[in-house]
Amino acid sequence: MSIRWGSYKVKGIYDELMRVSGKPREAAKPLCDFLRTLTDKEISEYKSAANLATHVTGVTFTVYNQEEGSLERVWPFDIIPRIIASTEWHTIESAVTQRINALNLFIHDIYHDQKIIKDKVFPLDVLKHSANFHEQCIGITPANNIWAHICGLDLVRDNQGSLYVTEDNLRIPADVSYMLENRLVMQRVFPDIYAEYNILPVDNYASQLHAMLAALSPRKTARPVIVVLTPGSHYATYFEHSYLAQQIGAELVEGRDLYVDGDNIVYMRTIDGFTRIDVVYRCVDEVLIDPEVFNPDSTLGVPGLMRAWRTGNIALANAPGTGIADNNTVYSYVPAIIKYYLDEEPKINNVETYRCFNKSDREYVLANLENLIVKPANITEDCGIFIGPQASRAQCNSLKRLIKNDPYNYIAQPILDLSTTPTLIGNRVETRHLDLKLFALAGNKVQVTPGGLTRAALSSDSLAANSVQHGISKDTWIVDLEDI
Amino acid sequence: MLARIAENIYWMARYIERAENTARLINVTTNLVLDLPRRTNVGWEYLVEIQGTEELYDSLYEYVDEKSILKFIISDTKNPKSILNSLQTATEHASSLRDIIPREAWEQINTLYSTAKLNVQSGLTRKNRHQYLHSIILGAQTITGQLAGTMYQDAGYDMLRMGRNLERADMTTRIIDVRSADLLEDEHEDLPPYDNIQWVSVLKSLTGYQMYRRIVQVQVQRREVLKFLFQERKFPRSFYHSMCEVESCLLSLPKNQDCIDIVNKLQRFVIKKSPEKLSQDELHIYIYKLQFNLNKMHTCIAQTYFISGT
Repeated sequence: MSIRWGSYKVKGIYDELMRVSGKPREAAKPLCDFLRTLTDKEISEYKSAANLATHVTGVTFTVYNQEEGSLERVWPFDIIPRIIASTEWHTIESAVTQRINALNLFIHDIYHDQKIIKDKVFPLDVLKHSANFHEQCIGITPANNIWAHICGLDLVRDNQGSLYVTEDNLRIPADVSYMLENRLVMQRVFPDIYAEYNILPVDNYASQLHAMLAALSPRKTARPVIVVLTPGSHYATYFEHSYLAQQIGAELVEGRDLYVDGDNIVYMRTIDGFTRIDVVYRCVDEVLIDPEVFNPDSTLGVPGLMRAWRTGNIALANAPGTGIADNNTVYSYVPAIIKYYLDEEPKINNVETYRCFNKSDREYVLANLENLIVKPANITEDCGIFIGPQASRAQCNSLKRLIKNDPYNYIAQPILDLSTTPTLIGNRVETRHLDLKLFALAGNKVQVTPGGLTRAALSSDSLAANSVQHGISKDTWIVDLEDI
Repeated sequence: MLARIAENIYWMARYIERAENTARLINVTTNLVLDLPRRTNVGWEYLVEIQGTEELYDSLYEYVDEKSILKFIISDTKNPKSILNSLQTATEHASSLRDIIPREAWEQINTLYSTAKLNVQSGLTRKNRHQYLHSIILGAQTITGQLAGTMYQDAGYDMLRMGRNLERADMTTRIIDVRSADLLEDEHEDLPPYDNIQWVSVLKSLTGYQMYRRIVQVQVQRREVLKFLFQERKFPRSFYHSMCEVESCLLSLPKNQDCIDIVNKLQRFVIKKSPEKLSQDELHIYIYKLQFNLNKMHTCIAQTYFISGT
């Protein structure tokens, strides 16, 4: 027997599966009992079965380089899932719903009446300093006033067990394919333990996504034409775009496949000629989608797409302009945004955030840089996150100058001590910090997929900096305790 | 089907076919050079001529010798028609087709390119060249087989077959053109045994020797070989067969009239003519006309179906 829960040290930090060393949480008990019975040989067999299944199902991410063409790598996967009891899940679900509802109201207000600014809840200066605010979107009214249709929120839990949302990811949320594929892998590898649990299904995601997109179609036809717009096969996320297109039966298109005519109708170029399209699942950054309106050098976009959208001839999901609500400074206002639009208290916490444009916050940040994480306000592809404890004196000094010169562009957060979860390293379990990505769809109502993508840190001493990048992925089980 | 996807499939198939044909051509030339007496001039430079890359070669290489020519044709990335370049281009096209072509085929294409690249040094040595080229031929045939056995046979599969057959027909005419030009005239009194060897090599370049023997049976000679390679409906590498394949693909595609007109013209042109009666010079002009119409065929397909054509 290889896995001894008695020697798995919890040490006063909230652990996702173990209450204290040797004592699993209620929802994790059948799993832990099962794992304890496994021999080294069996663990190796399960691991290689999972490994094989990830290869077979194609859970890969692409690393492209000019020399060698595209290479596909498999994301490391751990066979020990994360388990969340359904009682806690219901709280998370309603908190996520609340957040997404409030953020959609916020985006719509920002591009229309800006009541939240007039009522002095949200400062105009923040809007002016946001690179994610696009004047080109002012006055546009998407279907049902919904801008963020596809959302991928990042959550963490601290060492005491409290949950926090760390990012809302409303622009082009990625990685949902890993959630779906991880579940298939686990079902193939562990049919027995699956039978002992009542695990809420994640596989409705694709059909819900399709239904949500189809409902956006401006033409009320029985089968609206939906496409997934990808920047192309050289991009790391191409696997996911291709996967999602297949799952929802949509055509996977690039910008050059589309054409907007003088009547602002969007077509794709097929071997039969031009086929009119109704809905675009947009996986190209908003500033690149239309060189007529945004970045004129973009070759990934479609000239005229914004005209067609403004005229109401095409639906874009997520709507261009959504990025305004996916900005680190705006993040710090989300609790206020929830109160303002919904008149409710936030059901899940934000991480405490210092706004550097605010004098007292700034002074605190400058004096305590070595204990903080500093992020730029505007989330960009290579957003340099500064991690205080790992920074050199020179890096601290140069950041201080940057903050003083451009205080609107920086926020800071304390470093949370994250919760841990047992993770198989070799044939033994070790503690690893982890985070959680949740996926939600906002159509006429918000649907939060019961599951998610759990990412555990690669090494035990990894200071996760409030999120886990490139970690070990795990299936995430929402378990109905009544049925255990 | 998206026009871009159709175009990518077509080119992927052409480049895989090109790599395979080039590998066959080098293998056969190797054998031919060994078989012929030293005083005959069946040089390696004809490989460059068949590709139509003489100018590029002259600008890159100082000497015309076996080593330089094989490097140019197998591995030189500056030569757009080298085997490695063809495989790389095929892989690039395939990478955007991963949701269209079966996964196994995509993996095989990727593997073929990466192993060809990895082992390229051994392909450049005389000792291992045959084995190296054989593995490329086998890899390309595996892809063709996988696609035939598992790919959904919609318009995309038609594009694939059209690309493959146009490339094949093009290569068949190039090989006949160059190889027959450097061959000794039929009546050459001086070297009768070698005359036979050279026409055997033409057949072998196109993997037609065994089938020729079975079907035509008579001695290998210019007249019968030309008829076989141009007109034999049932031989998959004959020009006429390739055109019939292209025609059958076009019949199931939309907006096909212009393209069908061209392919029918090509079919008539190759069946009605008796290429074996042509002198070497006339044959050269005849082949030039075929290639001209093959280009027209390609342009018509591109304008009708491809994104670059719209």
